[in-house]
Amino acid sequence: MATLLDVQGVNKTFGGLKALDDVNLKVEEGSVHAIIGPNGAGKSTLLNCFVGRLKPDTGTVMFAGKSLLGILPHQINQAGVARVFQTPEIFADLTLHENVMIPTFAKTDGAFRINAWQAVSGRKDVHERADAILQDVGLYEKRNDHSGSLSRGDKRRLELAMCLVQDPKLLLLDEPTAGMSRADTNNTIDLLKKIGERGITKIIIEHDMHVVFSLADKVSVLARGHVIAEGSPDEIKGDARVQEAYLGGTHP
Amino acid sequence: MLNLARKDLLLLAGFIIAVAAGPVIMTPLGLDYPDILQKFAIFGIFAIGFNILFGLTGYLSFGHAAFLGVGSYTAVWSFKLFSMNPLPAIIFSVILAGLFSALIGFVSLRRSGIYFSILTLAFAQMSYNLAYSVLTPITNGETGLQLEQADPRWLDTAVFGLDYGAALPSSSLFGVSMTGYPGFYFCAALLVICFYISIRIFRSPFGMVLKAVSSNQNRLNYTGINTRPYTLTAFIISGMYAGLAGGLLAVTDPLAGAERMQWTASGEVVLMTILGGTGTLLGPVLGAGIIKGAEAKLSQYNDSILTGFYDFLPETLQHAMVSISGLFVGEGWHLTLGAAFMLVVIFLPGGVMEGVRRIGRLFSKRKRGSGDAASQPAE
Repeated sequence: MATLLDVQGVNKTFGGLKALDDVNLKVEEGSVHAIIGPNGAGKSTLLNCFVGRLKPDTGTVMFAGKSLLGILPHQINQAGVARVFQTPEIFADLTLHENVMIPTFAKTDGAFRINAWQAVSGRKDVHERADAILQDVGLYEKRNDHSGSLSRGDKRRLELAMCLVQDPKLLLLDEPTAGMSRADTNNTIDLLKKIGERGITKIIIEHDMHVVFSLADKVSVLARGHVIAEGSPDEIKGDARVQEAYLGGTHP
Repeated sequence: MLNLARKDLLLLAGFIIAVAAGPVIMTPLGLDYPDILQKFAIFGIFAIGFNILFGLTGYLSFGHAAFLGVGSYTAVWSFKLFSMNPLPAIIFSVILAGLFSALIGFVSLRRSGIYFSILTLAFAQMSYNLAYSVLTPITNGETGLQLEQADPRWLDTAVFGLDYGAALPSSSLFGVSMTGYPGFYFCAALLVICFYISIRIFRSPFGMVLKAVSSNQNRLNYTGINTRPYTLTAFIISGMYAGLAGGLLAVTDPLAGAERMQWTASGEVVLMTILGGTGTLLGPVLGAGIIKGAEAKLSQYNDSILTGFYDFLPETLQHAMVSISGLFVGEGWHLTLGAAFMLVVIFLPGGVMEGVRRIGRLFSKRKRGSGDAASQPAE
């Protein structure tokens, strides 16, 4: 399989703290790649290097042959990378249907277009696409509600729909079940499994081992800014270094 | 028709009828003279444009009076140099205000929230000071820019061979003088066009993205949308609306003064928009009408009228009432405006349009029984 995201020798220092220490990572096309690690291991820092929020001190991040460094969030999205945030980021003042139509317009019409003379109601293609995705995530009945009133789990569903409607090449999931009840977590896992059938490559950053082991094809373990282990979920489960990192051992 | 949904088409039709019948509607209020009707239409345009920026993107500009002033100066110069015809005057006004707002918007939109507001305020005050003193050759400073008999008006004189004689000319559209009712209907026609454009923008994908800017700009960026050109375009469009309004002020009364650019004028359009209902289609026009109407009405009152009004009271009480209510009328009408504004913001944060909506909901509930009242937001 081809490599979709190739991270080579990424270093990032904040003051005296080495947040990322020579991180190498290859994410294969079509796979679900989990990045796990204890608190402060550098998971979020690494993710922020993929989306244009942080620039690594050294190293390269190549996505489908193009560098993701030094370009803006909207350009990264237009290249085919969609992102789900730790706390769902949605347009709370708009309806669910509008929430999904905006990313659809971003996909069909690009990062900027003055289509002020066009009627939204006239864009059948966008309507159909938005409706279909709301069906898929099970929010179609609520399509005319304001999204601010949704439950946490439904907001996550909506945010996923907003990413999926763009048919991204790579989907970044930053702790997709953070702060959720067990029931909502299981619902989200089911939904992620279901959308897994679309074959979108995913990177999941997660604390919850239950989520990781039910979804991931491959797991990378970060500790103190370094990838200490990599392999299939089963291999990782049995790895002594991983257990030590999670139990807070004082490995030199 | 006109590429509008049925609901919007009805809204537009109702709007056209209300504007055309403006003189009749305003008769019971005693506001049926052309001067004030022209003001309603002109400030309606100003507020509609302001609402495209503030109502959709949430960017609160405190400097829109600068564009109004630019529009006025441009129109007067067009009268002086080219022609007394209002059409070239307002076209130049819109273009120049657009260029001016592109410049100010480009710098100000690098920041958001309160910093954006302060930047626009600073730019507007700079423009005011430039107009007041520095650029006197262009703006005629304190006195204001006026028409003169010696103006070239070369399009009128050289091409059409018009001679205005000894009197100062007034603006005229192919022979129809732009004072009085013709002036009002000229402004009213433009108001209707501006309202139609605003509906189209609100219902477009472009408008939807602008609404998303005020909702969650971070998400919008990660959704693949470059927000900066969107906000800049909205800023320029609203600046052009302001320029048109300024141009029309000069068309109906051909002079332009720096005070038109002062921060109080910028604040007034903010009040109009919030009072009427931010982000609604009709609200800003209503707000403009209410504020301009109240200004005209309340500033007419003086102590002798009030004494007549309280005639039925004993003399001491009459004096007391006259001096208390005297504070709120005449020169002090701003006090009434301030009090009304406070009440609206506290009890009807969505402005007059929210009041209309609540009343509408009350009626529809009564009609259909309880529970299933339509929650369609009226606009």
